[in-house]
Amino acid sequence: MSMLHTVNKSPFERNTLESCISLAVPGSAILLIEDGVIGAMANTKHSEMVKAAMANVKIYVLGPDLKARGLNEGNVVDGISVVGYGEFVDLTTEHSAVQSWL
Amino acid sequence: MKYGILVNEGPYTHQASDSALAFTKAALEKGHEIFRVFFYHDGVNNGTSLAIPPQDDRHIPNQWSELAKEYNIDLVLCVAAAQRRGLLDESEAKRNSKAASNMIEGFRISGLGQLIEAGIQGDRMVVFGD
Repeated sequence: MSMLHTVNKSPFERNTLESCISLAVPGSAILLIEDGVIGAMANTKHSEMVKAAMANVKIYVLGPDLKARGLNEGNVVDGISVVGYGEFVDLTTEHSAVQSWL
Repeated sequence: MKYGILVNEGPYTHQASDSALAFTKAALEKGHEIFRVFFYHDGVNNGTSLAIPPQDDRHIPNQWSELAKEYNIDLVLCVAAAQRRGLLDESEAKRNSKAASNMIEGFRISGLGQLIEAGIQGDRMVVFGD
């Protein structure tokens, strides 16, 4: 089974999303949480990197953390799935390990 | 599935304690087992009994304490991290001749071996931090 990566910082603040994308093995999944949800937004200077990554990895964003920041689910990059905490738990069971990028 | 949770950041800092609480609750609601929650570095501040957040704010240490009581979860503070930050249970306070202890009910203080054990015994380790 593949790995689930969580990224909790905005790509405008740290380079963890970029590092994660460059190291994630095809078939793995990335879940954007906390300030990491900024990385899911469309039309930013990081959107193209995220779009390109989706050829190899599945990307998810935590809905409650988008909402907490007043960000609209409709503005996320096409193809990113918005999930809740229950699905966060499911993602950890569907992948063999969890790597938290902090 | 059996989970180990690691919390490396204190309450009311960024969001790690809130995220860890929400994840832990969601996992329990789905019928999973939380083998242990280990609090390391500033994360040990989640175990204080002296926090008085404003009444309209969430009380993070109380939420952990109540969760531990309801689901019988093992909440462990790293002893070295706790001592550095002045978090003591009764026996540590006595042993170090301190006037008072300040660890909230539901937590216990132990060593890093407990983190390693959670990694070995648990099916998944999920880390929350800064």
